[in-house]
Amino acid sequence: MTALRHGAIAVAAGVVLLGVTYVIGPFDNLQLATMAYYFIAVAGLSVLTGLNGQISLGHGALMAIGAYTTVKLLEGPGLPLVLALVLATLFTAVAGLVAGAAAARLRGPYLAGATLALAVGLPSVATRFPDFLGASQGLTAAPPTPPEALGFAFPLERWQAWICCLGALVAYWLLANLVSSRTGRTFRAVRDSEVAAELAGLDVGRVQIGAFVVSAACAGLAGGLFVVVTQLAAPGAFALTLSVALLTGVILGGLGSLLGAVFGAAALVLVPQWSDDLAKALSLPTGVQANLALAVYGLVLILVMVFAPRGLRGGLERLAAPLRRIRPTRGEETA
Amino acid sequence: MGRFVDLTLNGLANGAIYAAVALSLVLIWRATRILNFAQAGMLMITTFIAWSVLDAGAPYVVGFLVALAAGLLLGAVVERVVIRPIEAAPPLNAVIVTLGLLVLLQALAGMIWGGNPRSFPPAFSIKGFIVGGDSVLFSPFDLFTVLVVAALMVALVVLFRSTSLGLRMRAAAHEPEVARLLGVRVGRTFTIGWALASLCASLAGVLVAPSVFVAPNAFDAVLVFGFTAAVLGGLESPLGALVGGVIVGLALSYVSGYAGSSVVTLGALVILVAVLMIRPNGLFAAAGARRV
Repeated sequence: MTALRHGAIAVAAGVVLLGVTYVIGPFDNLQLATMAYYFIAVAGLSVLTGLNGQISLGHGALMAIGAYTTVKLLEGPGLPLVLALVLATLFTAVAGLVAGAAAARLRGPYLAGATLALAVGLPSVATRFPDFLGASQGLTAAPPTPPEALGFAFPLERWQAWICCLGALVAYWLLANLVSSRTGRTFRAVRDSEVAAELAGLDVGRVQIGAFVVSAACAGLAGGLFVVVTQLAAPGAFALTLSVALLTGVILGGLGSLLGAVFGAAALVLVPQWSDDLAKALSLPTGVQANLALAVYGLVLILVMVFAPRGLRGGLERLAAPLRRIRPTRGEETA
Repeated sequence: MGRFVDLTLNGLANGAIYAAVALSLVLIWRATRILNFAQAGMLMITTFIAWSVLDAGAPYVVGFLVALAAGLLLGAVVERVVIRPIEAAPPLNAVIVTLGLLVLLQALAGMIWGGNPRSFPPAFSIKGFIVGGDSVLFSPFDLFTVLVVAALMVALVVLFRSTSLGLRMRAAAHEPEVARLLGVRVGRTFTIGWALASLCASLAGVLVAPSVFVAPNAFDAVLVFGFTAAVLGGLESPLGALVGGVIVGLALSYVSGYAGSSVVTLGALVILVAVLMIRPNGLFAAAGARRV
C-alpha cells in the first residue's frame, strides 16, 4: 500500500512538473533539471546521515564517479542514455560498497576525515590519467537529443528537464519505499543504538554498508544527470565545495527527510543565483560575488548547528516523534 | 639509489610540516574531542595575512611572527565564538560546524585576496645542498623547517610537562569536572588550547606555503595529510603526531616519486583506511576499549 501511495505522489508530482516545463522558459528548465539532480544527491545523503547516522563529506567525489562513467559509456560504446545512466548508477554503487566497507568500521570524526580525503583526492585522479579521463579539462559528451516524435521545435532544455525530473521521481519512489520498509527501519535502528541493534539480531556493519551503497547509487545517478545537463565531467565541478553544498542541502532540508531534500535542492540552485543577483545589485566586486554563495553555505552550516539547541539529535527526534505516535510499528519498538 | 635518498630527505621535510598540522589537530582533539576540519581554513587565513605583510615589503621575520600571532588570536576567537556553543553537542554537530567554518573562511579569503594562487617566499634558499658535487633534494629551507618544528615540539613538551599552565590544561582535558572543582578555569584552558593548536597550524602554513602557493583551497590536501598523520599517531599523543607526520611524509614522498604526484591524496586515504582497519586507535595508543 505504501508503495502505491508513494507511486501516486510521484505520478502527481510528475504531472505537475510536466505542466511546469511547458510554462517556464529554457533557462528555468535548466534550473529545474539542476534541482532534480541535486535532489537525488541530497536525498541520498540525507538517508545516509539522517536515517543511518553516518556522515559523508565525499559525496561530491561519488557524483564524479557517476558523471565520468556516464560520459565514458555514452561516448565510448555509444550506449543509449538510459542504459548509461543505469550502469553509471550501478558502478557508483559498487564504489560505494568499497567505501562503505571501510566506512562501516569508522566512527563520526574518523569517517568524516576519511571521506574528506576522498573528496580532496579523487578529482586529481583525472590528472593522473590525462588520456583516459581528460585531465583538468575533463570529458565532454554530446547533448541528449529529444525524440523526433515530440516535434522538430522541441527545446533541448525541456527535454533535459524531463530526463532529470523523471530520474528524480524514480529515485524518490525507490527511496520513499526503502525508508518505510523493513530495511529503512534497520537503518534507523542502527543509528539510534548500535548495541541495541546488534542485540536485536541486526548485522550492524552490513546495515551501514547497505545504507552507504544506497546513498552512493543516488550520488552516481545525480552525477550522470549532471552530465545530461552540462555535457561535461571535469574535476573542477566535483571539488570539496560540492560535497559541502550537498551537506548544506541536507541540513537545510532537515536530516532524513525526503520532502526536505526538495527544499534543500532548491536552495542549492537558488542561493547561488540570488547571491549573484544581490552582489550585482549592490555592485560588489567580482571576488565577493564569486564567493558569496560559498560563504552562505558555511554560515548556514554553523548557524543551524549553533542555534538548533538540541542539535542534530534533537532535530531527528522531533522529526521522528510524530511519526512514532501515529504508527508505532513493531520493527521500531524492538529496535 | 640517489633518487630514494632524495625522496627520503624530501619526505622528512614534508613530514615535519604534516607533524605540525597533526599536532594542531591532536591538541584540540585531546582537549575538546573535536576534530577541527576548519584548521585548513584557519592556517590559510594566517598564511594569507603573512603574505600581505610580506607583500607590503616587510622582512621575512616580521611576516613569520605575524602569522604565528594571527594564529594564536584566530584560534582563541574561533573557540570562544563558534565552538563554545556546541562543545556539549553530539560529535556530528562539531564536524558540520568546523566544516562550515572551513568553507566560510575559504569564501572570505576568496573575497579578500581573490582566487589566484600567490607565491610565498621561503625563509632560506630552496636550492638543495651540494653533497659530494651533487645537489640533493634537501635545501636550507627544508633544514629550517625541520628545526622549527623540532623547536615547537620541545616547547610544547616543556609547556605540558613543566609549567603550571600545562598541568592545568592536561587536567582540564583529562577530567574537566574534577579540574573545575579544583579551581581550574576549564573554559579558559580550552581557549588557550585552541590558540596553541592554531599557532602550530599557522606555523605549518608558513612552512608549506612556498611549495603549494597560497590560495583559498590550497591547503585542503595538507589538512588531509595532517589528519592521516594524527590518526596514525592515535589522535591522542603529541609524540604520536610527530612520528605519524614523519611516516606520512616519507610514505607520500615515495608515492609521489614513484606513482605520480596527483595520486598523493589518495595514497593518504589508503594509509588512513589501512591504519583505521588494523589499529583503530593508531600505532602508538595503548590498547583500550573502543568508545562506541
